[in-house]
Amino acid sequence: MNQPPSLSEYRKDFPALHQQVHGHPLIYLDNAATSQKPQVVIDALSRFYQCDNANVHRGIHELSNRASAAFEGTRERAGRFINASHTDEIIFTRGTTESINLVANAWGNQFVKAGDVILLTEMEHHSNIVPWQMLARRTGATLAFLPVTGDDGLLDLSRLDDYLTSKVRLLAFTHISNALGTINPVVELCEQARKRGITTLVDAAQSAGHRRLDVQELGCDFLALSGHKMCGPTGIGLLYGRLDLLETMTPWQGGGDMISSVDYHESTWNKVPHKFEAGTPNIADTIALHTAMDYLDQVGRDRIAEHDLEIGAYAYHQLERLGKVRLFGPRQQRAGLVSFLLHNIHAHDVVTFADQQGVALRGGHHCTQPLMKKLGVSSTSRASFYFYNTTEEVDRMIEVMGGIQKFFGE
Amino acid sequence: MFEELNDLYQQVIMDHSKKPHNFGMLAGANCCARGQNPLCGDQMQIYLKTEDNIVQDLRWEGDGCAIFKASSSLMTDSLKGKTREEVKQLFEEFHALITTGKIVPNHHLGKLEVLSGVNRFPARVKCALLGWRAAMSALEGDQQPVSTE
Repeated sequence: MNQPPSLSEYRKDFPALHQQVHGHPLIYLDNAATSQKPQVVIDALSRFYQCDNANVHRGIHELSNRASAAFEGTRERAGRFINASHTDEIIFTRGTTESINLVANAWGNQFVKAGDVILLTEMEHHSNIVPWQMLARRTGATLAFLPVTGDDGLLDLSRLDDYLTSKVRLLAFTHISNALGTINPVVELCEQARKRGITTLVDAAQSAGHRRLDVQELGCDFLALSGHKMCGPTGIGLLYGRLDLLETMTPWQGGGDMISSVDYHESTWNKVPHKFEAGTPNIADTIALHTAMDYLDQVGRDRIAEHDLEIGAYAYHQLERLGKVRLFGPRQQRAGLVSFLLHNIHAHDVVTFADQQGVALRGGHHCTQPLMKKLGVSSTSRASFYFYNTTEEVDRMIEVMGGIQKFFGE
Repeated sequence: MFEELNDLYQQVIMDHSKKPHNFGMLAGANCCARGQNPLCGDQMQIYLKTEDNIVQDLRWEGDGCAIFKASSSLMTDSLKGKTREEVKQLFEEFHALITTGKIVPNHHLGKLEVLSGVNRFPARVKCALLGWRAAMSALEGDQQPVSTE
């Protein structure tokens, strides 16, 4: 029997990985911001524009039929990708942020009232805070935040019962923290919420391209993800919503495609999911997302998850060994990213120095300013990995970190 | 390992970033302003005491990267005793220096010249400018916090 190729062999599929940056081979460790794209995805994009380009759901001509079939084919593929029970539970959006905004408007405006509580956690990305702040302002609801324990970055589940009060209407939380590398217990959180009749939303931006996702097993009502963090193009993502919930929601944007009929003064809505997709959609990127999903399943999402655990643990351990480092996030069972501060050296300086050696890191608050404030820092440096990253690249990063400490006399 | 960064992180800059001058609150300040870089979360506060159109004293506090700290520290050294007009002119000279690397004839940059390397690192220009923007805003009596964005 043939052995599956080792994960590092997939590097050849990613043209952007093979370049020199400032005279050094690129070591791309900013995958939590966006992943690189395999050639097959790039080809899918240009093939659509070269051969099949037409608008969807409108024409009767051949090209429009092809475009419509490929577009709706992606919906079916996405449903299988996250094991939705029905294809109509998939709504295409620009990404996780737009998916959350869709729920905050189309669900929130209708079902959240003054005095209700929207429960989030202290580790949320701005995109899972700000839309709820705006909803709270519109409705008179308030926000509450399930606490994070500290530098080890775990949700304080011992407090969950206190926070899941009868006033809570929605629990929205991240599956994997982009700032800490924490993997949250989605099944348990959703189950606790469900028992109390609380609706749940999972931000799967960091998990969708890194592990198998099964919305029925997770037990969530909504799930949001972005294509560009999982080998797909930018500008395309999706919202999963339980069909019976989507049926009760009203549209949030009006326009073509989302209507069934229009008069000068009145209109009726198209059915789910189309009533949430006004206007010409992002057709080419949606079709290329299909290719990205196929590609990830060819690599194997279980293998990617395993690699994440290994490389995340390795990087954490090596940074700890380096010394004079403050590490964030859990020691055990962490995702494939490390968030850290070198003592007395600001993250921006670290990232500038690393860049000069071809190592692409992220330095900043990672769009989690409230969490940074809670931890008493303004920013951290972050290395985030994907299946094409190797332990040799981690070793090189550690060597560069050591060099930075030396330069700064630490 | 980092030869190409010796220009940017000169010894003067390292010294100022580790032991910033004029650091802390200023009692009796009559203008102050907050500055922030929303992309990285850095924040700072600047306090000035002006009299007869002259910056008699100024101090600052905040935390951020070495470039930001060194630039703010060097700025406070060089603005002391200057008139508003001189401050404005110096800001223009400094702005040109770190965005283009160009030095105008008969300039007044003095020690600020050590920051010329910033122009080759576009992502770091806002670090070097944050303190300056806050100082200009304080002098103009602007109540809104200044932002690098």
